[in-house]
Amino acid sequence: MATDVTTTAPDTTQAASSKTSVNDLCAHCGLPVPKGLINPEADRQFCCHGCEAVYAVIHRLGLTSYYRLKERQAADRQPARTTGAGYTAFDHQAFIKRCCEDRPGGLRCTDFYLEGVHCAACLWLVEKLPSVVPGVIEARLTMHKSRVHLTWDPAVVELSQIASALDSLGYPPHPARDVAASAIVTSENRRELIRIGVAGAAVGNAMILAICLYAGYFTGIERQYETLFRWVGMGIALIALAWPGAVFFRGAWSAIRTRTPHMDLPIALGLTAGGVAGTVNTVLGAGEVYFDTLAVLVFLLLVGRAIQRRQQRRSADAVEQLFRLTPVSARRVDGQAITEVPIEALQVGDTVELRAGESAPVDGQISLGESKLDQSLLTGESRPVGVTVGDAVHAASINLASTLHVRVEATGERTRVGALMRLVEESTRNKAPIVQAADRLAGWFVAVVLTLAIATFAVWLWLDPAHAVDHAVALLIVACPCALGLATPLTLAVAVGQAARRGILIKGGAALERMARRGTILLDKTGTVTLGMTTLARWHGDESIKPHVAAIEAQSSHRIARAFAESLGTEDDTCRASEVSQTHDGGITGKVDGKALAIGSTDFIRGCVSAIPPWADDLISQITHDWLTPVLIACDGEVRAVAGLGDTVRPDARQAIDNLRRLGWRIGMVSGDHQEVVGHVADTLGLDPADTHGGVMPEKKVDLVRSYTQQGPTVFVGDGVNDAAALAGATVGIAVHGGAEASLAAADIYLSRPGLASITELSRASGRVIRSIRRGLVVSLTYNALGVALAAAGVISPLIAAVLMPISSLTVLSLAVSTRAFADKGDRP
Amino acid sequence: MSVIYIVLPIAIVLAVAAVAAFIWATRTGQYDDMDSPALRMLNDEEEPRA
Repeated sequence: MATDVTTTAPDTTQAASSKTSVNDLCAHCGLPVPKGLINPEADRQFCCHGCEAVYAVIHRLGLTSYYRLKERQAADRQPARTTGAGYTAFDHQAFIKRCCEDRPGGLRCTDFYLEGVHCAACLWLVEKLPSVVPGVIEARLTMHKSRVHLTWDPAVVELSQIASALDSLGYPPHPARDVAASAIVTSENRRELIRIGVAGAAVGNAMILAICLYAGYFTGIERQYETLFRWVGMGIALIALAWPGAVFFRGAWSAIRTRTPHMDLPIALGLTAGGVAGTVNTVLGAGEVYFDTLAVLVFLLLVGRAIQRRQQRRSADAVEQLFRLTPVSARRVDGQAITEVPIEALQVGDTVELRAGESAPVDGQISLGESKLDQSLLTGESRPVGVTVGDAVHAASINLASTLHVRVEATGERTRVGALMRLVEESTRNKAPIVQAADRLAGWFVAVVLTLAIATFAVWLWLDPAHAVDHAVALLIVACPCALGLATPLTLAVAVGQAARRGILIKGGAALERMARRGTILLDKTGTVTLGMTTLARWHGDESIKPHVAAIEAQSSHRIARAFAESLGTEDDTCRASEVSQTHDGGITGKVDGKALAIGSTDFIRGCVSAIPPWADDLISQITHDWLTPVLIACDGEVRAVAGLGDTVRPDARQAIDNLRRLGWRIGMVSGDHQEVVGHVADTLGLDPADTHGGVMPEKKVDLVRSYTQQGPTVFVGDGVNDAAALAGATVGIAVHGGAEASLAAADIYLSRPGLASITELSRASGRVIRSIRRGLVVSLTYNALGVALAAAGVISPLIAAVLMPISSLTVLSLAVSTRAFADKGDRP
Repeated sequence: MSVIYIVLPIAIVLAVAAVAAFIWATRTGQYDDMDSPALRMLNDEEEPRA
C-alpha cells in the first residue's frame, strides 16, 4: 500500500544492480547484511525490509542513477526505513488549513521534515519527485534541515499520495507546522545579512577615502580635494549609521526606556559622539573626521552578533527537527468506518482508535477494550498501568498491549499535557533575566567614560580651549566598547559551535554562563538516570537456553519480548523458532531445536509446569523487591531460569554523578515515580536521601525546582513532558537524549548523545568559557584604560585614537576565536 | 587631479550598484541555504528523460 506511486518510467536501466558482487552487503544502503537474512538464492541481499522495499520502488521508477551518485560519494551509510502509513490525514480540510498555503494558479505548497536524508544522492532522489509523481510541481530540499518545500497541483494529486511516495522512497515525511514562524526567521536572516553587506560596503569605501585623507595628512593635499573626500566620507558613514547602525540606536533607546544597562547604550553613544563631531568638523572644514572608524565599528559589531545568532539558531534548528517526529493524526471511529484525521479536526465526543504502541493524541475515557498504558512521559511512573472501560487516558501516554477506543474529552491545549505546556510558558516568562557579565559592566563603563570625557573637556577648556573638543572626542573614540561588546558574544558563539560538534545543543549562550556557578543538579529518574525502557536486568539459571529465548522473543513485538530480544542479541543465528504463539495472560510459547519453551509471568508458567521450584520462588520475591518484573522461562515443562526485567540505571550514571560531585555540585533526584522506587535508585547511586524526592506530580515539580533555585543555581535534567515546566523553571534546563517534544522545547540545552557524561563536560566547559570571557574583558578594559588615560592627558589625537580602536577589537577577536571550551576534538570515545 | 570629480561619482555609482545587487540576491533567497545548491550541482549533470 505504501508504493502506490504512479510509474512513469519502465524498468529499463538495471546497470547499477551488477555492482552487488560483494554478496553480504545490502544492495540499497551498502551496510553488511545480518547472517540470518542472507538468502542464498537471491542475487541481491538486503539488510532490512525497508531497504528492500525502497530498492524495488527506485527500480520501478527508473531512478537507478541514485546508486551511481551514491557510489561516487563517500557518504555515510544508513539503512532505509519506510512506514507504509497512508497519510490520509494530510488530505483533511483541517490539515490543509493549518499547514498548507495556496499559491497562484490553483497550486498549493507546504513543508515537510524528512527522516533518513543523509547524502547528496538523497537530495537528488527527493528532488526527482516531480518526474515521478505527476502533479508535483517542485520539490526543494534544504539539506541541513532535512526540510523539503513542496509545490503541487491539488487538482491532479493529493498530498497523501505525495507523502506516501516520499515514504516509499525511504523518507517518511513529517509536516512542518511552523511555516509562518520559519518565514519570519528567514526574513530576519535576510535583513541581518543585508545590514552586514551594507555596512561592509560602507567600510570598504570609507576606508579608501580615509586612506586618501591620511596620505594627504603626511604629504599635503589641496584643500578642495580634502573637502570633497570629507564630504563623501561623511555621506557614506551617515548611511552606515542610519541603516545598519540603526539596530544599536534602537537597542540603546529600549535600554533607556526599560532602565536596564545594555551593551547597545555605550555603543550608540560612541557612534553618536563620533558622528556628530565628524559632521561638525566637516561642515566647519576644520578638525578631525572619524568616518572610517564608525563604519568599521558598525560592521564588526554586526558580524559578531550574527555569528552568535547563527550558532544558536543551528542548535535550535537541530532540536526543532527532532520534535517534528511526533504523530499528528488520529484514527477517528465513525460507526463502522475508521478514518485518519489530523488532530485539529477532532472534537469532544468523537471516538478515536488507539492501537498498541501508539501514543494517545487526546485526553479521554476508554469506551472499548482493556490494555496497559505507559504514562511515564507524563507522570514519570515507570510501571505500566492496567486500564479498562471507563478509565481515563491522558494525551502522551503510550498504549502498550491492545487496541483501545477512547472517547475524546479534551484536545489540544485543553488536555493535561496542554495545561502542562501553559505552565512551561509561564515558567519561561517568569525566569529572571540573567544580566550578562558584559552588560553589567557596560552600565559602569558608560558612566565612567562619560564622566571622564566631561572632566577632560572641562580641564582642557581651562588649559587650552582650542583643543578641548579634540581631546574629549579622542577619549570617546579610544574608549569605544567595541571589544567589550565583541568579547562575550564571540566567545559564547565559539563554545556553542564546539558543543554542537560533541552532541550538546545549546539554545542560548547565556545558559553556558549560568552553568558556571556551582549549585544543585536535580536529575529526573525515568529516562534520565535510568534507560527509560524495559531491559533485561537479571538472569538467573540456565545460560544455555538464552539463544532459544532470543529466537522466540524475536518474533513478538510485545514490550517484554523486545527487551529480551535486544538484550540477548541475535549473534547466534542458528536457532530457528517455530510454532510461536502468544497468549493473552502475558506468555509466549514456541519450539526451538525440538524443545518446547514457555516464557512468561509467574501465573502463566504455573499453568505450564507441574510446580514452581522453591529456588525460583526465592528469586521471584527478590526480583520483585528490587522493583523489577519477574519473568520465568520453562523448557519441556520444567522451570529453567528466572529473569528480572525493568527500567535499569544507565551504566554511566554512577560515574557521571561522582564526577559532577567532584566538580562541586550537589546532586538530587526528582521523580513522579513511587517513593520506594526512587529511593531504591537513589540508594544504588549513593544520593543523599534529603535531596531525593519521589511521587512528585508534574505540576509540583516546578515548585520544587523553584524552591531549590532560591538557595542557588539549580540545573534540572529531565526528558519527559512532566519535566518540561521544571526545565523551564530551573536556572538551566537540560533535556536528555530521547526526550519528549515538550521537554526539548522548554530546555536550554539538549544532549543528543545518550548518557549523563555530557553534563560533566558541559560543567567543565562553562567554567572555561567564563574564564575566557573574563580574559577578553580584562584585556579590552586594560586597553581602554590606557587609551583613556593617554587621551585625557592630551597625548593622542582623535586620528591616532581611530587607528588604535580597531586594534583592540582584533586582539579580543582572536582571543575569543582561540577559546577551547570543550577539550580536544569531538571524537573522544 | 580634477578627474577625481568624475571618477569618484562613478566609483560610488558602482559601489551602489554592487550593494543593490547584493540586496536583491539576499531578498530573493540566494543566501538562505548554503549547503544544498553545492550538492545539487553535483547531481544535475544528466537528465535520462524529461
